Amino acid sequence: MHLALFLIFAAFCLAGAINLLLQTHPINSALSLIVVMSSLAVLYLLLGAEFLAAAQIIVYAGAVMVLFTFVVMLLNVGEEEKTHGSKVAKLIGFPAAVVILGVIATIIIEAQKHLGRVALGDQVTTTQDLSRVLFHELLLPFEVTSVLILIAILGAVALARKEGHS
Amino acid sequence: MILWWQFALLSILKVAVVTVILLTAVAYTVLLERKLVGRIQNRWGPSRVGPFGLLQPLADGIKLFLKEDMIPTGVYKPLYLAAPLIALGCALLSIAVVPFGPSDITWHGAKLFEIADLNIGLLVILGVTSISVYGIALAGWSSNNKYSLLGSLRASAQMISYELALGLSLVGVVLRAQSLSLAEIVKVQSVHGILSWNVFGGGQFLAFFIYLTAAYAETNRAPFDLPEAETELTGGYHTEYSSMKFAMFFMAEYANMITVGCVATLLFLGGWTSPFGDLIPPPQNIIIHAFVPIFWFVAKVFFFLFLYIWVRGTVPRFRYDQLMGYGWKYLVPAAMVNIVGTSLVMAVFP
Amino acid sequence: MHVPSSWYLILSALLFTLGVVGFLIKRSLITVFMSIELMLNAVNLSFVTFAHEWHAVKGQIFVFFVMMVAAAEAAVGLAIIIAIFRARGTLNVDQIDLMKL
Repeated sequence: MHLALFLIFAAFCLAGAINLLLQTHPINSALSLIVVMSSLAVLYLLLGAEFLAAAQIIVYAGAVMVLFTFVVMLLNVGEEEKTHGSKVAKLIGFPAAVVILGVIATIIIEAQKHLGRVALGDQVTTTQDLSRVLFHELLLPFEVTSVLILIAILGAVALARKEGHS
Repeated sequence: MILWWQFALLSILKVAVVTVILLTAVAYTVLLERKLVGRIQNRWGPSRVGPFGLLQPLADGIKLFLKEDMIPTGVYKPLYLAAPLIALGCALLSIAVVPFGPSDITWHGAKLFEIADLNIGLLVILGVTSISVYGIALAGWSSNNKYSLLGSLRASAQMISYELALGLSLVGVVLRAQSLSLAEIVKVQSVHGILSWNVFGGGQFLAFFIYLTAAYAETNRAPFDLPEAETELTGGYHTEYSSMKFAMFFMAEYANMITVGCVATLLFLGGWTSPFGDLIPPPQNIIIHAFVPIFWFVAKVFFFLFLYIWVRGTVPRFRYDQLMGYGWKYLVPAAMVNIVGTSLVMAVFP
Repeated sequence: MHVPSSWYLILSALLFTLGVVGFLIKRSLITVFMSIELMLNAVNLSFVTFAHEWHAVKGQIFVFFVMMVAAAEAAVGLAIIIAIFRARGTLNVDQIDLMKL
C-alpha cells in the first residue's frame, strides 16, 4: 500500500517537474509546479510529517504559487521565445546534468545499506513534538524569521510601487 | 477491530451520504436565501412552484441544465473547463473532516459520524481554503475578457488577504483545546453545555466575530461581494460562464457557506453538544442518543446560514479599498490581540 | 510493504537535477524562478526523509524555516520581476543581460 502510494505520487512529482521544463507558456509551468508541490505534501504525509504536509499545502501551493500565478496573469507574459542556443552548450550540457545525477545517485545507493525503511505504521511526528522543539530550543531562529518576513514585506511593497509616489 | 475492506466500504458509504445531503442542502439554501431576502424586502420570494415554493430548486436545476452551453472563442480551454471543477471540488472537500456526532459511536472501531478524524483537521480546512483561490483566479484569466480578469484578480486578492485573519482567529480556539483535531476541539466544549462553548465560556467572542467577518469575505458574500456584483464588473469572474459551469460556481459558493457554518459551529458553538449539557440526562435509547446531537448540529448550522442571509439582505456593500483596508488594518491586529489575550489568560489561570 | 529511504533520496536528487536543468535552459525569467522553487522543494524532501530516518524533529523544523525563507524570497523576487518588466517590457533573459536599458 505504501509502495503503491509512493510510486503514484513520485510519478506525479516527476511528471510535473518534466512538464515544467517542456512547457512554453509560464502559466502551464506554474500549474505543473503546483502539482509537484501537492504530491510532495502527500510524500511528507507518508514520511510521518503531518504538520509539514499541511504547511506545504497552505504556504507553498496555496500562497507562493498563487503569487506566481498572479504575476503571470498581471504581466500577461506570453509564450517563451525560442533562443538561438549554442550547439556546444547542448553537447556538453545534457551529459553534464546526467553526470551530476549519476554521482548523487551512486552516493545514495552506496549508502543504502546504512539507511532504513519507511512503512505506513511508523511513528508520526505530532504537532506537539514539533512545537516543543521549535519554541524551546529554536526560539531565536523563529523570531529572526519573523523579522525576515517583515523585511521581505517592506521590500516587496517598496519595489512594486509605481514611480511618482512620494 | 475493523478489516480494511470493511473500512473502505464504510468510508464510501459515509462519503456518499454526506455528499448527497450536502448537495441537497446547497439547493435548498438557495431557496432559503431567496425567500428570506424576499421577506426582508417585504415580498414573498419564490412561492409558485410546489407548496411554499419548495420545488423551486428542481425547476432551477432543470433550467440550468437545459441552457445552451457556450464556450466563447479565444478562451484558454483547459483552464476554462477546469476552473469550475476546482472551485466545486474544494468546496465539497472540507466536509470530510467535520464531525457530525459524538466520537464514541463506532462500528467495530470505526467512527460513524466523521469521515476522516485527522490530527491536523483544522489545517486541512485552511489548506482547502487556500487552494480554492485557484478556481477563481484561473476562471477569470482564462476567460479572455478584461472584466473577468479584473474581477478575478480583485476576488483572489480579497480571498488571500482575509485568509490571514481567518487563520489567526482560529489560534485562540486551538490554544484552548490543545489540539488541531476537530473532534478534540468539540470534546473540550462538551463539558458544561452552553457555558463551556468557546464563544461564551472560552472567551473567544472576539475570535468568533473575526472568524465570521473573514469567512464572509472568503466566500465572497455580502457585504464583501464586490467582485461578483452585477452592477460592478458585469458579473466578475463568472461573466463568460453559462449553464452547467455557472451552476458549478454557484453551487461552490453555497457549499462554501455551509462549510463555513459547519466549521464555525464546531469551533465556537460547541458542535454537536446540546446547550443543556448535563442538566438533561442522556436518553437511554441508543438511536435517540445517536441522533439528538445531529439535530443540534443541524440547528446551529441553520442559525449560521440564517445569519449569512440576514447580513446579505441588510448591510450595504463595501468598496474595494475599504474592504482591503478593513482586512489588513483592523482584523489582523484584532486577531493578534485575541491570541495574546488568550495566551495570557491561559498562562495566568492554568 | 515498505519503501527504502534511499528511494525518497533518489527522487529528491532527480527533482533537484530537473530544477538545475530548468534554471539553465529556460528563457523566461519567471520560469527560471520556478525552477529555483523546485530545487528548494527537492532539498526539503531530503530533509524530511532524514528526519524520519533518525527520528530527529529538528530536520522537520529546518524544512519549516526553508519554507518561510522561500516564501519571503518569492515575494521579493516577484516584486523585482515586476519592476524589471515595467522597465524593459520583456522577461526574456537573453534581452535583460545588460544594465543599459
